[in-house]
Amino acid sequence: MKNKGTLKRLWEYIKRSRMWFVLSVVLALITTILTLYVPVLVGRAVDAIAGEGMVNFGTLSFVLMEIGAVIGITAVCQWIMNTINNRITYSVVRDIRNDAFRKMQRLPLSYIDSHQSGDITSRIISDADQMGEGLLMGFTQLFTGIVTILGTLYFMFRINVFIALAVVILTPISLFVARFIANRTYSMFSEQSVIRGEQTAFTDEMISNMKVVNAFGQEKTAAKEFDEINERLRKSSLKAVFFSSITNPATRFVNNIVYAAVALIGAFIACGSGGVFGLISVGQLASFLSYANQYTKPFNEISGVFAELQNAVACTARLLELIDAEPEDDKADTELMDVKGSVVMSDVSFSYQEDKPFIEALSVSVKPGENVAIVGHTGCGKTTLINLLMRFYDVNSGSVSIDGRDIRDMSRKSVRRSFGMVLQETWLKTVTVRDNILMGRTGISDDEVIAAAKSARSWGIIRRLPQGLDTVISNSGGNLSQGEKQLISITRIMLDPPSMLILDEATSSIDTRTELAIGKDFNRLMQGRTSFVVAHRLSTIRNADTILVMDSGHIVEQGSHEELIKKNGFYKRLYTSQFTTG
Amino acid sequence: MRKLLKYLSDYKKECVLGPLFKLLEASFELFVPLVVAAIIDKGIAEGDHGYIARMCLILVFLGIIGLVCSITAQYFAAKAAVGFSARLRSALFKHITSLSYTELDTLGAPTLITRMSSDINQVQSGVNLTLRLFLRSPFVVFGAMIMAFTVDFDCALIFVAAIPVLALVVFGIMLFTMPMYKGVQKLLDRITTKTRDNITGVRVIRAFTAEDRETEGFTEENDILTNAQKAVGRISALLNPVTYVIINLAVIWLIQRGAIRVELGLLTQGKVVALYNYMSQILVELIKLANMIISISRAIACGRRISDIMDTNSSMENGTVMEGKNDSPAVEFRGASACYKGCAAAALEDISFSAQRGEKIGIIGGTGSGKTTLINLIPRFYDTASGEVLIDGINVRDYDRETLLDKIGIVPQSAALFKGTIRSNVGFGSEYTDADIISAIEAAQAKELIEEKGLDYEIEQGGSNLSGGQRQRLTIARALVKKPEILILDDSASALDLATDAALSKAIRELPFSPTVFVVSQRAASVMDADKIIVLDDGAAVGVGTHDELLEDCEIYREIYYSQFPEEDSNEE
Repeated sequence: MKNKGTLKRLWEYIKRSRMWFVLSVVLALITTILTLYVPVLVGRAVDAIAGEGMVNFGTLSFVLMEIGAVIGITAVCQWIMNTINNRITYSVVRDIRNDAFRKMQRLPLSYIDSHQSGDITSRIISDADQMGEGLLMGFTQLFTGIVTILGTLYFMFRINVFIALAVVILTPISLFVARFIANRTYSMFSEQSVIRGEQTAFTDEMISNMKVVNAFGQEKTAAKEFDEINERLRKSSLKAVFFSSITNPATRFVNNIVYAAVALIGAFIACGSGGVFGLISVGQLASFLSYANQYTKPFNEISGVFAELQNAVACTARLLELIDAEPEDDKADTELMDVKGSVVMSDVSFSYQEDKPFIEALSVSVKPGENVAIVGHTGCGKTTLINLLMRFYDVNSGSVSIDGRDIRDMSRKSVRRSFGMVLQETWLKTVTVRDNILMGRTGISDDEVIAAAKSARSWGIIRRLPQGLDTVISNSGGNLSQGEKQLISITRIMLDPPSMLILDEATSSIDTRTELAIGKDFNRLMQGRTSFVVAHRLSTIRNADTILVMDSGHIVEQGSHEELIKKNGFYKRLYTSQFTTG
Repeated sequence: MRKLLKYLSDYKKECVLGPLFKLLEASFELFVPLVVAAIIDKGIAEGDHGYIARMCLILVFLGIIGLVCSITAQYFAAKAAVGFSARLRSALFKHITSLSYTELDTLGAPTLITRMSSDINQVQSGVNLTLRLFLRSPFVVFGAMIMAFTVDFDCALIFVAAIPVLALVVFGIMLFTMPMYKGVQKLLDRITTKTRDNITGVRVIRAFTAEDRETEGFTEENDILTNAQKAVGRISALLNPVTYVIINLAVIWLIQRGAIRVELGLLTQGKVVALYNYMSQILVELIKLANMIISISRAIACGRRISDIMDTNSSMENGTVMEGKNDSPAVEFRGASACYKGCAAAALEDISFSAQRGEKIGIIGGTGSGKTTLINLIPRFYDTASGEVLIDGINVRDYDRETLLDKIGIVPQSAALFKGTIRSNVGFGSEYTDADIISAIEAAQAKELIEEKGLDYEIEQGGSNLSGGQRQRLTIARALVKKPEILILDDSASALDLATDAALSKAIRELPFSPTVFVVSQRAASVMDADKIIVLDDGAAVGVGTHDELLEDCEIYREIYYSQFPEEDSNEE
């Protein structure tokens, strides 16, 4: 059922090159039948050269010309067919990949947060590849395989029913042999993959922490443990590799037996002693022998194709699941423009999982240009609040409005554009530092970028990189420290900042002195801009106009630093436990 | 690349026997057309049923010998290939453990992990395939030609003409497409990176509403990829039709020629069929050979990547000194500078100071000021670019590596734990008594952790079932248990609250083996009580002294201190 749906969806993509597809099928049909016809012609040619002085040159040259024509047509058809198949395959893969990527950009954050990034990447990249290779190429193989089998049967039965029957009855043995070996080796392969998994996990852990291993001089212990797993893997691999490699010789052996049987029966009949079995010529026997050689091949291929097809269908299904995922609804097309910066959250409730209410009856009102600090223990809902403001998630009930307009009525893009955001988990793209700072914005000169970098205190770091602004960031910022990455992220919003700011632990990995230095520029930046700052450092919080103290999804206290200290409540306790020197 | 072959040296016997048995099998296969020719020319022509039956029995017999030979060949090939990859993997792992930090930085963990897993697997199947088939296919091709000569010299000349043309086409197409396939792989890597970037950075991309631009970029790269795939596909699609045409033209020529010679009584009908069969065998083998060369060249590429790693040697030479001097400072820096590979500016410049035994040295400074670089010079994780670092009066470069590491306990910035128990993580590869481990854990302020969970508590990979603070304290215990002469804490209390941090400082001060302690921190509170504080700024030491001295005359230290202990605040509390 599910497979059917998947294939139907895939057809939607193939349909775009429908004419090519039909042409490919026709060409496949012509190619296979003509290929099968060649042995018949060769048989006829052989019959024309019966013996000394008995060669019929007239027939022979006619047959040879026929063969020439047939192979010419076959080759051309085959080349065109291959080219068309490539074209269809790659186009379908490209289209489906584009659709998947485009969809990924529109998926709700809840989907992306709940899937591992590697999972989504492998759907878009390797699943698409496997679909192309397995499904489309698999179908071609399957199709030509079936035509070959039917064609061979037709030609064989036309020449001689009894020999044909012998072939039909004997060949399935090779399939059974292959199946038998595959079943027996299955458990060996699964054992191998378990041990291999164990080894990969160990390698992963050790290599990722090689510096620690080095620092403690534990290289030998690690190598010893590695060798122990490695030896187990060697033993298990040997079994799996050897036993599975028996398949080919075994099926070839069965084919040889079939070949011998055809030779035996064929030769007897050709002697003229066949009686009821009819009579065949030497040429026909030659054709038969080459069919006997070819006949089992498509069977073996098809059994391989089925496994591949199954895998490919599974891959396609995973890919389609991504494409079919519900996107962020963006019905609202009103643009949020000229933001003054008043933010009101009224009676907001929200939860990530339906059965676990998280934020309930939360109300806050922020005046334009106000600086709001949000504090609380880990998991109290600080980041959730930001998710709601940015419309990464939408409220379950209640409303969030900017300048008196419900943000759900505004397009997501315009809401997001009105905020400048820096997150604790910095993210740098695998492009140049400049492109990382510009984030697609155009018409900005290097001088402006450098000025922004200077106020974010990242210029010293960028300057020291091998190619300065043109340095390509590798491995998501591999050689940069967390703090350095944060400074570069801050540079992004120092450049052309919008009217509201969100800083989620934006300076958590930066030392206090640099933070203090940026602080001045931050203060200038926040001047006249509504800002939401999540922080645990006192210096960042104390100057806020309003501090929201959150605890398990609720705002428990609200006010300025002095007011809250005087209140002697939750904030005071938090403050004394976290911010002071005790 | 060639160097990797030495890991096959234990399997010389298998490497000879495997191909040998494969060739035996192929030889038997080459007799089949001759037997068939005999059936036609003698059996059928003379109507000799007994002869036909005997010949068919020979066919079965040839099949059985072929089966035995090829299974034997598969066994030797599998044994050699699997054994080879196991030895290679082990050698590569050991080699990786011998690399210094500089190489580890340059290569990066993800690369090394791929080399260890999928690259080696590819090489293994490459070796297996080579042993089984590499000799077989050319052998069958040339064998068929030689057999053709035994059948009929004149007709066999057609083989001599056809084989080079076929080889030219097959290898020509392959040589042409191989670099194109490499290019396709690179393009695929590009769109993979792009996709991963877009997923991990989804919040930032959406915050900057850069989705459309990103999609556009992806579509563009995807188009480039597709066009490259189509281009290479068009050429490799030629392979089958062209070889097919060549072989069949040869067949036509063969039959034509054969017919003339049969007419003259120089050849028989059965022999023409035999020649035709040999020609078909050649086609099958050439196609196999082409496929095999693709897999082998892939394996060679992987092998080359592995040998690149093997050729990357540690940039450090091990010294020989086993003992330091007693009358020298524990640690001394003399004008030490450090420079990371590929970085334009020095990470650390001209640092000089000395630490007496049992002293506590604080290192404080901004992000990227060179704190970690400084302490990494002590255990010689990196070499100085100029100047020197001495421990007990001996240059760290002159020490035997194990002797040097034995003196030092280090707690790195990232609290890395391994899969295993609390005991195995704290003991980390060496034997300690439970009492030693427990006292180290207590000193590291993690007593409540073992009280609650016990020493045998199973830690998941990366320590994911412990909190950041718990992980940090266990890594501290791991450094303490070896009772090092020098203890280095690299910002390793960042996840601890201030009270625990203070208790930890106290416990370290009271350690019975009184090590020389280096504390790297961003918190002034953690280094205030040090005998000496080194203030780093942009790779240079801008102040060295006690807290009071620095407060007096180091501007940067004052800034750091007051950013954390605001002056007006001291009145409030």
